[in-house]
Amino acid sequence: MDGSKGFDDALTGEQKIRNFNINFGPQHPAAHGVLRLVLELDGEIVERCDPHIGLLHRGTEKLMESRTYLQNLPYFDRLDYVAPMNQEHAWCLAIEKLTGTEVPRRGQLIRVLYSEIGRILNHLLNVTTQAMDVGALTPPLWGFEEREKLMIFYERACGARLHAAYFRPGGVHQDLPDDLLDDILAWSHTFPAVLDDIDGLLTENRIFKQRNADIGIVTEDDIQKYGFSGVMVRGSGLAWDLRRAQPYECYDEFDFQIPVGKNGDCYDRYLVRMEEMRQSLSIIRQAIAKLKEATGDVLARGKLTPPKRGDMKTSMESLIHHFKLYTEGFHVPAGEVYAAVEAPKGEFGVYLVADGSNKPYRSKIRAPGFLHLQAMDHVAGGHQLADVAAIIGTMDVVFGEIDR
Amino acid sequence: MTEALNELGALLEAKRPDCVIGWDIAYGELNVDVAPSNIVGFVEFLKTDPNCKFSSLVDITGVDYPDRPKRFDVVYHFLSMYQNQRIRLRVSIREDEMVPSIVDVHPSANWFEREVFDMFGILFSGHPDLRRILTDYGFRGYPLRKDFPTTGYTEVRYDEAQKRVVYEPVSLVQEYRQFDFMSPWEGAEYILPGDEKEGAN
Repeated sequence: MDGSKGFDDALTGEQKIRNFNINFGPQHPAAHGVLRLVLELDGEIVERCDPHIGLLHRGTEKLMESRTYLQNLPYFDRLDYVAPMNQEHAWCLAIEKLTGTEVPRRGQLIRVLYSEIGRILNHLLNVTTQAMDVGALTPPLWGFEEREKLMIFYERACGARLHAAYFRPGGVHQDLPDDLLDDILAWSHTFPAVLDDIDGLLTENRIFKQRNADIGIVTEDDIQKYGFSGVMVRGSGLAWDLRRAQPYECYDEFDFQIPVGKNGDCYDRYLVRMEEMRQSLSIIRQAIAKLKEATGDVLARGKLTPPKRGDMKTSMESLIHHFKLYTEGFHVPAGEVYAAVEAPKGEFGVYLVADGSNKPYRSKIRAPGFLHLQAMDHVAGGHQLADVAAIIGTMDVVFGEIDR
Repeated sequence: MTEALNELGALLEAKRPDCVIGWDIAYGELNVDVAPSNIVGFVEFLKTDPNCKFSSLVDITGVDYPDRPKRFDVVYHFLSMYQNQRIRLRVSIREDEMVPSIVDVHPSANWFEREVFDMFGILFSGHPDLRRILTDYGFRGYPLRKDFPTTGYTEVRYDEAQKRVVYEPVSLVQEYRQFDFMSPWEGAEYILPGDEKEGAN
């Protein structure tokens, strides 16, 4: 209303209604981090949505230019801190591509195993907190209990619950003990029951369906225009998965299905994530079965990797190599590569320009969430304010990787 | 895989000789050097041509080479989900040049170009909304240029007296430690302290 006096008829259409601008965030429980959305609202309908990002910008790419390749590895844990090892994987693949390193089979299997654990970690967090955004309180409590168990598997492999630094160029840092494999296998038999519980809470839940079905529909055209990847693509019916389309590591010998949605709305993306967890579980079981047979080294011994502890006690060369590796670091031949992995959120890639020294000349981190959030204006436009939370939830944004 | 890329590279050179300055395949990836003025047309061609169908933009980034006359490389990555192929385009520009924006062809280029502008100060002509994206509101300088110090120029803290966050020039209690791991026998391009006379010969 324009505040003019003597106005008494609500239906004349002479009122001047101004659009309303609000700030969503930077501190908002449904923003999944530090996101500031400037929303222009017409009543309760979102007219325009301008995300302001960069509140968590740490200058990772700049910092990486002054550190050695190995010192840069832990930065990748801090990008998408929901599934840390999947990010390290992309960095290791880029270095291995440039140096032409072949990872031993056991190292590859361990990487697959932990990438899939990372995928479940991520989807558990995403599905359950998205449910919380639309009004359910129980799922996050159940989901976090399982995440806790998975993080203990992380801890038992590398000593850290979150910032693992476990994948190394040339393999993984340390071998897994057998009882850890047994425990992961035992967990993989109890987890389906938990998934079924969450399924029972959400899938046919009337409120959950009303909040998610037909919300934030993504079409094939949108996918191409906005460069979506991961579940945002698969939820709309395109069976695009880098593990299948451009296999890396030893994913080509695993048997798994790629779930796809039909309508491309938030509800289908939820269903795809639930099914992906079941598929990851199957990959985990296969990986453990293969690991029982594949005994051997977990690191490609050579210039990229440290010598064995035992060798260092007897061989002077090994001792020198160890000292040089952890001070000067290894040198990577000049060249540029792009290596991508199917991270839980989509295509996570690293563009690495090496100049032949022990530090990357330039490394660009390509985060899937960056593109997903960019399309917010397009996807959320015309929806109600309350749907913004549901859409951010299924876009699966984490600001560690978007702001870098 | 490499054969298919070879074919694609030759096809691009034959069909758009005006755009392709050169191409090569390294580490199983196709690199194409493109002239800055032709980038929009070439990207459009890549998107619509049935043999290419590079319809998803994966990444745009910059690389700074301060020693070259054409200081910056703007690097584009594209992916074709239909042909299952990737391509990398490189555009070299001088510091005072602008790059035509490809937002009209790929709407997803919007934030990437903003980021390159933010980090390198490269201007994109025809971009609808070229604001800074990752750095602070009112930030100065272009952080990913090689001549920008890692520590930056300003630091912020909360001032108890003024009851607000204040910006101050960076003051380091000790010098920023840029470790030099290169062995003095191979990589060193500097003169070690005490060796000044040695270097004069």
